[in-house]
Amino acid sequence: MTKEKHFSRNFSLKLIAAIMVFVGMFVVAMVFGAANTTVKDVWLALTSHTTNEQITIIRELRFPREVGAIFVGAALAVSGAIMQGMTRNPLAEPGILGLSAGANAALAISIALIPSANYLTIMVACFMGAAVGAIIVFGIGSMKKGGFSPLRLVLAGTAVSTFLYAVSEGIGLYYKISKDVSMWTAGGLIGTTWSQLQIIVPFIIAGILFSLFLSRQLTILSLNEEVAVGLGQKTTQIKVILFIITIMLTGASVALVGNMAFIGLMVPHVVRAIVGTDYRYILPMSAIIGAVFMLLADTLGRTINIPYETPVAAIVAMMGLPFFLIIVHKGGKVLS
Amino acid sequence: MVRLFTDELNVGYSDRLIVKNLSVHIPDKKITAIIGSNGCGKSTLLKAITRIISHQTGSIILDGENITKENTKVLAKKMAILPQTPESASGLTVGELVSYGRFPYQSSFGRLTKKDYEVIDWALDVTRTKEFKFRPVDALSGGQRQRVWIAMALAQETDIIFLDEPTTYLDMAHQLEVLELLQKLNREQERTIVMVLHDLNQAARFADYIVALKDGQIVKAGNCEDVINHHVLRTVFQIDTEIGRDPRTNKPMCVTYNLLKGDS
Repeated sequence: MTKEKHFSRNFSLKLIAAIMVFVGMFVVAMVFGAANTTVKDVWLALTSHTTNEQITIIRELRFPREVGAIFVGAALAVSGAIMQGMTRNPLAEPGILGLSAGANAALAISIALIPSANYLTIMVACFMGAAVGAIIVFGIGSMKKGGFSPLRLVLAGTAVSTFLYAVSEGIGLYYKISKDVSMWTAGGLIGTTWSQLQIIVPFIIAGILFSLFLSRQLTILSLNEEVAVGLGQKTTQIKVILFIITIMLTGASVALVGNMAFIGLMVPHVVRAIVGTDYRYILPMSAIIGAVFMLLADTLGRTINIPYETPVAAIVAMMGLPFFLIIVHKGGKVLS
Repeated sequence: MVRLFTDELNVGYSDRLIVKNLSVHIPDKKITAIIGSNGCGKSTLLKAITRIISHQTGSIILDGENITKENTKVLAKKMAILPQTPESASGLTVGELVSYGRFPYQSSFGRLTKKDYEVIDWALDVTRTKEFKFRPVDALSGGQRQRVWIAMALAQETDIIFLDEPTTYLDMAHQLEVLELLQKLNREQERTIVMVLHDLNQAARFADYIVALKDGQIVKAGNCEDVINHHVLRTVFQIDTEIGRDPRTNKPMCVTYNLLKGDS
């Protein structure tokens, strides 16, 4: 058998296929919506300076919204993949390990205390909130010897997340800003603007690029900590960097769309079924599939019940819950 | 002069030392077996020497350098570690896994070079795992999987290889297969092998040097004649043994044993 580089060529093919699906999904997302638009309108909106009502809708409302969907989907999927690899826990996910809830709480606090908060402030607050949430969960998870067991982390994550969501609610009620907060956290991609994207997207791109750079390190870490040390990895250093990347990706996503569970959980598992368990392949593929998935969810949200919006978070959760149950049922097997 | 030794090594947690004041020389180009009862600190010693866990006091010297001061990637080119039952959480293919043995030689974004591919192929050849190259590791049997992990350690091209109970969970034939592979690597390529073993007779048969531990301290270190005898085994395992000779290898072997009565 002389298929020396067979695997990587295989991966290139899969990557190209995924990119084609992605482009197709993007076109679908751009064409379909509450307003009647055609492929031609989309084409004109993207390539020319022509304007009419349809084209303006696409250019100023739908286009930024779908760009947001792409980056949020990619960020959450990559973030979930990193966390699953790092903790060797198939259930790890920003929504489950307290990052999303922490970012949400921070978002509520910053809206309450800094009424003039601009987008950058809110994003930084989300970063810090995500970090605090994760640190509490991992702190509880490792309090007992032999901590970090999948079950304990998930339990700690659920408890801490519930608490942090309660904090957000409490702050919302106390400062009478519930509506603002929930508009943000449950609003999904509604009202995403180019100016928001300009601030947040660079962080997501940076996070994903860094993670790709560390993908081999992540694979080694995902095998076994001792193996990683034996191969000469500075494990603590790598873990800290990966941790910061997940916080950046999750925090940026929450700042843009609020609470969005399950994408980080589902996408990496789907991707593993396609490309195997080497993170050199998992991470780029997760970014693409995450984007596709988010585009799909948002398009469904916009079209299921025209002219009303169905919250994206609800659609994602409805697709995600059965998946979550399957993973719990199969135990760690899905990871391998 | 030996390349690797420990000097008054103490390893453990703040309240409880597991390895106590232990000084041991690892003979070059030999097979060393570490034996002892459960909880005697043999795995801990192995992990400390291979920098997986840190030690309290004392030193571990490799090639005249204290390993705590050495760059971890440099160490990874000198010693490879095969931990006890690596989590099989690996849907990686055999080829992918073994290629990660080249990790210490690669730059952060490094692609595998021609030399890397040669070493990987060689490692697969020696361990007779080439036929599985494109199969996921976790689809293999226990014995095959263990050979794949050994292949990964070999791809690291280190002079010293550490193994923590490499025969656990394997049936008799596969245990022997793994040990003979290690013996071959030692004899033909002069690799220094250090392993924790549970089976006394395997230690006697394959090791040139045996370190018997009890309560984190060395009871006896020497060749199999020095260690596999009634007196030492009595102290180390609290067993009363009948030592005979392996009719094929003429090495000492424990023919039968009883638990010692009383609390001695």
